[in-house]
Amino acid sequence: MEWEIVIGLEIHVQLSTQSKLFSGASTRFGAAPNTQACAVDLAMPGTLPVPNEEAFRYAVMFGLAMNAEIGKRSVFERKNYFYPDLPKGYQTTQLEQPIVGAGEVEIHLEDGSSKRVRLHHAHLEEDAGKSLHEDFHGMSGIDLNRAGTPLIEIVSEPDMRSAAEAVAYLKKIHSVVTYLGISDGDMSQGSLRCDANVSVRLKGEEKLGTRTELKNINSFRFVERAIKVEAERQIDILEDGGCIVQETRLYDADKNETRSMRSKEVANDYRYFPCPDLLPVVITDNYIEELRELLPELPDAKAERFQSEYRLSAYDADQLTQERTSADYFEEVCKSCEEPKLAANWITGELAALLNRQEISIQDSPVSAQQLGGLIVRIKDNTISSKLAKQVFEAMADGEGSADEVIEKRGLKQVSDTGAIEQIVESVIAASGAQVDNYRKADESKRPKMMGYFVGQIMKASKGQANPQIINKILKEKLDALL
Amino acid sequence: MAVDTQTVEKLAELARIAISEETIEEVSDRLGDILQLVDQLQAVNTDGVAPMSHPLDEVQTLRSDAITETDQRQSFLNLAPQSEEGLYLVPKVID
Amino acid sequence: MHQLTIAEMIRGLQSKAFSSVELTRHLLARIQQLDSNYNSFITVTEELALSQAETADQRLAKGEAPALCGVPIAHKDIICTNGIRTSCASKMLDNFIPPYDATLVENLNAAGTVTLGKTNMDEFAMGSSNESSFYGPVRNPWNTLCVPGGSSGGSAAAVAALLVPGATGTDTGGSIRQPAALTNTTGLKPTYGRVSRWGIVAYASSLDQAGPIARNAEDAAYLLSAMASHDPKDSTSLNRSQEDFTAGLNNSVAGLKIGVPKEYFGEGLNTETAARVLDALKEFEKLGAELVDISLPHTELAIPAYYVIAPAEASANLSRFDGVRYGHRCENPKDLRDLYMRSRGEGFGEEVQRRILVGTYALSAGYYDAYYNKAQQVRRLIKQDFVQAFEKVDVIMGPTTPSPAFELGAKGTDPVAMYLEDIFTIATNLAGLPGMSIPCGLVSNLPVGLQITGNYLGESHMLNVAHQYQQVTDWHQASAV
Repeated sequence: MEWEIVIGLEIHVQLSTQSKLFSGASTRFGAAPNTQACAVDLAMPGTLPVPNEEAFRYAVMFGLAMNAEIGKRSVFERKNYFYPDLPKGYQTTQLEQPIVGAGEVEIHLEDGSSKRVRLHHAHLEEDAGKSLHEDFHGMSGIDLNRAGTPLIEIVSEPDMRSAAEAVAYLKKIHSVVTYLGISDGDMSQGSLRCDANVSVRLKGEEKLGTRTELKNINSFRFVERAIKVEAERQIDILEDGGCIVQETRLYDADKNETRSMRSKEVANDYRYFPCPDLLPVVITDNYIEELRELLPELPDAKAERFQSEYRLSAYDADQLTQERTSADYFEEVCKSCEEPKLAANWITGELAALLNRQEISIQDSPVSAQQLGGLIVRIKDNTISSKLAKQVFEAMADGEGSADEVIEKRGLKQVSDTGAIEQIVESVIAASGAQVDNYRKADESKRPKMMGYFVGQIMKASKGQANPQIINKILKEKLDALL
Repeated sequence: MAVDTQTVEKLAELARIAISEETIEEVSDRLGDILQLVDQLQAVNTDGVAPMSHPLDEVQTLRSDAITETDQRQSFLNLAPQSEEGLYLVPKVID
Repeated sequence: MHQLTIAEMIRGLQSKAFSSVELTRHLLARIQQLDSNYNSFITVTEELALSQAETADQRLAKGEAPALCGVPIAHKDIICTNGIRTSCASKMLDNFIPPYDATLVENLNAAGTVTLGKTNMDEFAMGSSNESSFYGPVRNPWNTLCVPGGSSGGSAAAVAALLVPGATGTDTGGSIRQPAALTNTTGLKPTYGRVSRWGIVAYASSLDQAGPIARNAEDAAYLLSAMASHDPKDSTSLNRSQEDFTAGLNNSVAGLKIGVPKEYFGEGLNTETAARVLDALKEFEKLGAELVDISLPHTELAIPAYYVIAPAEASANLSRFDGVRYGHRCENPKDLRDLYMRSRGEGFGEEVQRRILVGTYALSAGYYDAYYNKAQQVRRLIKQDFVQAFEKVDVIMGPTTPSPAFELGAKGTDPVAMYLEDIFTIATNLAGLPGMSIPCGLVSNLPVGLQITGNYLGESHMLNVAHQYQQVTDWHQASAV
């Protein structure tokens, strides 16, 4: 039996507004508990919500970036349930008339293929506070600083067919919201959170299987692993003749398994109804068009431009444009070296590896775009060999200054003085009688390959600093003269 | 419309209101009376009538994104039945 | 001094006939002495009142007095007052002292009023008799065996007993107009959005509106002028320029077209109440007004629609009272569910619990369309009735209540009998229109109220109409004490 996995994602994105969705309290992350929870956020009696203009602007920008319909009349509703992190006893959210309607987005997969994923809708809502489970004499502590922070919840259609597609979609959403500057997209701080609806069905079957909802899988890696392990679980049950229970499940990263969250299953009836404290928000065509004009270049457009303007491969262009920061870094490097292909290789190669090792993002890179550009200039003008360039790069990463300073300080300048190189070549030939003999006896077609030994020896003797092209030229002349 | 005690129990659970065994019959009867009163609505033809959740046809005014609130944690925590280290305390929350 | 109207107090204070401190002390003493008969106050704020009065006197002395400088008033205990307990007459908020003022309180403070205290009410404004207060019922100064009406019964009784010249109230389904009618006071519910709801503990957000209760239309106009404002903190606050509601009081009402809905004079209306109302209409004819027969065909659906919409909104509005951040918390909750169930079970009285349950029912899965949505559709039909009527008439008049004040306990445990008390007032809230009740006679020495419903933003005109009536009649001067 061949199974097909069907996935839809619900992604919550915290908007990077200064103040909350319905109050003038700060949204800054990491403040002391409850110091950023004002009377409205605490649902003090008699307080009332007034929506934040910027949150709407951000939501509309997102909708435009997703080629989605914009809700010209959107309505907030109350979703009723009791929880200590929800001070009003209801969450103010949107249901029937959200700010962003249907849209779609293209995702790019590692094998180079791409696919369209449809957006069901995206709506504005307020975040809840946090329960802290450190033990206060057997009680939990409630911090409401986060309560009321604006979110957009982005709901996809069940269009994804593998964990890899789900990750690609999540990455795409991440890249769109960070490009727009409407969220910092920081999954570790909870600025971007993901729930996945997962079901399986036999290939060719049209009807969707019973789904489960995986809650709060908050890293790209966990999304992939959680979906895989949940799909496997479902397939095992079905192959054993069992049934899938529609429920909410939690991914346990340590055990790499999902488990049922029965506590959340107690017959929820959210009793949505339009919030009487808020009026319909009406958005004009003019407003939408003005925002459309102001949209920054988005990842897909940027990737296309990188291919045409910088002659990059589709793969490189895609890699570089996933994050706005790396795209900006790339363009900075190009400005100072005018070698896009080399720049792309260095950024996706050495630099990516370095950042990965240090677990930092590109904006915190110890090697600035100017430094990397300077290094590439020195590779291009043959001041240093590619091999030594890596040494220079490491030195720059350690804070030893610009490429030129490192080259100077460490004396790494490539030797292009033909006289000096000629001397080394001659001494290597003199010390390699057997190899020279072989070279002379060999068939002409095999000789270029045999030069490698000599080049290696010459490089070694020059401590890597001899210009390889000059070595090749002189070596060939000398060897040929011996024939 | 009559309301059985099971329905009342379900509503009380949703609304998180403890209702004692002794009063639940009484509560059911009174709710039944009220629902009978409001059931007059069922007889009205409202085809094509848009529901009206606000009395006036006004639209929302949005607020500019500015931090206008200052930290008043202590004055709010003073009202709390139980708090510690700046947090509101509740019986253990189990996820 | 307690017999003075607000207009007279303003004149007396400004001409230095008496000081605000004298006036305030006098009324505080009266409350102290008499309110045990009525139970109209939950909290008396003596210290605050005297300090506000002193400040008022200083401003009066300097000639820097704002409109209501030094005039003592009281606030319904659902309206938040900074540093003063605001209980909503509920055990739930028995210990709640808000660290903020309602916008209307800020406005009145800015106008120079002196706060004597917080008045009793039906718990969370849910009731029409003031019997559901955690602090015990309010008694009608006209007959202390009778109810004063509700939910703003404490404010109405305090004004009727001459403990205070004016007080604030809130009106969700008649809670200003019905007690005004039952206590021979003048009460006004403004157009929805006219007075900011910020700081008023919400009962039903799309219906709640605060307004004044006073001894006559002129005083109500003074209070409303100070209370009303556009408030950016209330999304439903109307963005209209500030109005002086006293400015048009003396306009003539000749040519005024008064709509008289036939549905307001049917079965269930006390015949003597009807007679007093018809007398009042005749008085208006004498003033040159014209009576026009109109029909508001969906009148009888107002109560059913209201008892879906108001409880539905209330069921969510009252969810915040969970024993976590403020208010009543049960002893030793064994878990989270127990904390919620018992805190709310203990903190809310019967009627409040009932309305929360009804609202929960009306919004729950499978019932939303049949109840909540249907009620909102009917609400539109009710509003359309009024819109069509106002194409033909300037104001609509009728009885405020079907009968005069009833005895405490008379409606027993039957909530539906109590709900019918608001049959004439509720539609105004559903439509968001302004409405008033003014005294128009007595039946067995119990007051009868004439209800005046105005067009949207027609408060000024409505007050003018009421004031002109009060120039030629003296029912409003009849006193219970």
